[in-house]
Amino acid sequence: MFEHIDTSLIDWSRAQFALTAMYHWLFVPLTLGLAVIMGLMETFYVTTGKVFWKDTARFWMKLFGINFAVGVATGLILEFEFGTNWSNYSWFVGDIFGAPLAIEGILAFFMEATFIAVMFFGWNKVSKRFHLASTWLTGLGATISAWWILVANAWMQHPVGMAFNPETVRNEMVDFTAVALSPMAVAKFFHTVLSCWIVGAVFVVGVSCWYLLRNRQKEFALGSIKVGASVGLFAAVATAWTGDISGVQVAKLQPMKIAAAEGLYNGGNGMPFTIVGDLKVPKMLSILATHDIEGYVPGINNLLEGGYQLPDGTTALSAEEKIKRGQIAITALDAFRKAHKAGDETTASTARKTLDENVEYFGYGYIKDPSHLVPNVELTFWSFRIMVGLGGYFILFFIIVLIMSKKEKLAYMRWLQQAALWTIPLAYIGSQAGWVVAEVGRQPWAIQDMLPVGAAISKLQTGSVQLTFFIFLILFTVLLCAETGIMLKAIKKGPEETKNRK
Amino acid sequence: MDYIFLQNYWWFLVSLLGALLVFLLFVQGGNSLLFTLGRNDEERTLLVNSTGRKWEFTFTTLVTFGGAFFASFPLFYSTSFGGAYWLWMIILFSFVLQAVSYEFQSKLGNLLGKRTYQCFLVANGIVGPLLLGGAVATFFTGSHFLVDKENMGNELMPVISSWANEWHGLDALANPWNLVLGFAVFFLARLLGNLYFINNISDNELIPRCRRQLITDAVPFLILFSGFIVRTLLADGFAVNPDTKEVYMEPCKYLINLTDMPLLLVLFLVGVAGVLWGIGKAAFSHTATRGIWLAGPGVVLTVLSLLLCVGYNDTAYYPSTSDLQSSLTLANSCSSEFTLRTMAYVSILIPFVLAYIIYAWHAIDRKPITTNELEEDEHAY
Repeated sequence: MFEHIDTSLIDWSRAQFALTAMYHWLFVPLTLGLAVIMGLMETFYVTTGKVFWKDTARFWMKLFGINFAVGVATGLILEFEFGTNWSNYSWFVGDIFGAPLAIEGILAFFMEATFIAVMFFGWNKVSKRFHLASTWLTGLGATISAWWILVANAWMQHPVGMAFNPETVRNEMVDFTAVALSPMAVAKFFHTVLSCWIVGAVFVVGVSCWYLLRNRQKEFALGSIKVGASVGLFAAVATAWTGDISGVQVAKLQPMKIAAAEGLYNGGNGMPFTIVGDLKVPKMLSILATHDIEGYVPGINNLLEGGYQLPDGTTALSAEEKIKRGQIAITALDAFRKAHKAGDETTASTARKTLDENVEYFGYGYIKDPSHLVPNVELTFWSFRIMVGLGGYFILFFIIVLIMSKKEKLAYMRWLQQAALWTIPLAYIGSQAGWVVAEVGRQPWAIQDMLPVGAAISKLQTGSVQLTFFIFLILFTVLLCAETGIMLKAIKKGPEETKNRK
Repeated sequence: MDYIFLQNYWWFLVSLLGALLVFLLFVQGGNSLLFTLGRNDEERTLLVNSTGRKWEFTFTTLVTFGGAFFASFPLFYSTSFGGAYWLWMIILFSFVLQAVSYEFQSKLGNLLGKRTYQCFLVANGIVGPLLLGGAVATFFTGSHFLVDKENMGNELMPVISSWANEWHGLDALANPWNLVLGFAVFFLARLLGNLYFINNISDNELIPRCRRQLITDAVPFLILFSGFIVRTLLADGFAVNPDTKEVYMEPCKYLINLTDMPLLLVLFLVGVAGVLWGIGKAAFSHTATRGIWLAGPGVVLTVLSLLLCVGYNDTAYYPSTSDLQSSLTLANSCSSEFTLRTMAYVSILIPFVLAYIIYAWHAIDRKPITTNELEEDEHAY
């Protein structure tokens, strides 16, 4: 009897990773976004000497601390989950993937952990400037951490700088710079981190507007809105720009993701961009994906059937051909190892040659049916629309808020204050939708073309993973409720003014 | 820097992180004593705020220990975490609860109430050191797993590492020696917690209690720890034939390692002496507050020497009792030479990181914590 991997184990392992990642991502954007805003506020305090800015910064820091704790708690799981639930992945690419994680720990987490303590407990213990530096270093630590984890993520989407070593049966790093500075990592970093600033900015503006609605802390609220909305507008425009760069990269390197995000089954030249239903912008998809008005964009069927011309002039293989070549690679690996072990170096070197010729399709060999190469189109399609639509809305939102706050009308505009409050959940939805596009859109790949999720997992009983899934679901939901409860109380209480102290 | 050197260098760094982590478990040990030492709300607040300024270091060291292990010995990461699933998951759950409990426990609107969060701290204080200690003990006693890299050439079942039973790590608790080290680490964390409180808190009622509790925790620690060490040095160890790479059982392997590497023996003895001296100083004096600065480095040296002993000198550091030849050695589980070398360059920054940690730690801890200070501090937990 042959052993095989239970598909329900794959699905539950994916579900658990998705659950824990999405929970973690409820807290990270606010950490990164608030870090910048409160850093600016404290800088104003140190440069102008106005205690108003100190009190304002301290209020947002308090909310930062509440949020940060859950971010740390949920983040711990994600790191270890690569080992616990994706053990084959951890060996197959750990040589490359582990490095950014280790660097993240050494360079970023300690910076965060050290200076957050100074930020919270050091007000009366260290100098003003040391404190200010600590606040910025806390945010910098969080941002550096984002850099390395996004390097790791970008590498999964577009593996570079490595070579397959059949002797160790894994991929090994051959070019660190290619991994650490891959164009996809750079674009992903700016797109993601700047989108986090949007979340922080929307949060600050929204909460401040709540005070305006209640006729409380007017000076504090208007001051916070100015800082928040300025950061927000910059971030929203820059996010759109980096999103465009990301889009072109994805179209080139992960064409299936773009096809799914567009719901495009049959592609061609000069393709229109679908807004919803039959509402289309002519030629727009070709422009966005290829920066060429007549550029060719393959659809899902084209990708499966192959036969179209690739930008480098070669003809695209069909899914079945890729699967066949993947199987050849896997069989050659097996033959290489057996021959190598037996000391038959002639057979080993022939097998190795076959392996090298087919290794770029290695992952396809584990795919059982071409239809498994298509991600969930509905989910990717709608998430993409939510992300892009909300991204556009945020630009408009911050422009209006900034104009009204410049004209000093914001304090009297109830509808805008209400809208700002309701924009807070939209920021979170937009942020989550972005990750759904990125991660659902690349299925079934744990590492693009190299390792599908089904071959990346740990060999566990499905029941064990189901159980931990529900433990996480309950645990994180309780923590989210507690966090929200504490946030709401702290917001209701409002900022405290410093008494007789500088 | 050749490949062997790099493997040893990274084992040294991973061991150092592990050793620092055991020292920093004083946070957990202190928390496990929350209701034993803190008789009223005010005292418990002092205790929570004392470890509350340090928990991030323990947590970060745990995460970095994981990350560094992943980068340098990925086969351990996949085999142990993916195999001993439940053992690690329970440890992780307890740290998740701990991470939010400081920030949440005294805040309004926290859903579960102060007492629940304090119980989470106690739970993590017990479970964390106990299971981490138990997990480390398996480095000496062995685990039930199989590693077969040939599986990657099987399209239907490509998973390389698997656990040999359905207990997925909980089976480690069936071996009494794992429990002995687990409890030894548990009592060690507690005695370190006491030493840390003595150093960090200024309170006339609480501190004498910490000194008495220190003895209560030191006695079982010393008995359990000596028991484990004697057993380990006399038991058969998992040795590797340097030529054939075959793993075999060698009588008194770990004792031989210490005599083969006398520097480790010195580290071990100096470490143990430091721990004993630190305990003695704080337990039998009414004024000494710096015991933690003897016992802490002592713990680091002791744990470091033990971890180096289990990794160096042709030893399988993560042995499998189900299939000896599946055992992990530095050479068969490490990353490629290129990755280890690149990471070694990154590690040059570690002294710089340590320097700013020490500087910031000192800046916050210039004066011991008092109840008066906490009343003034807006961010007190």
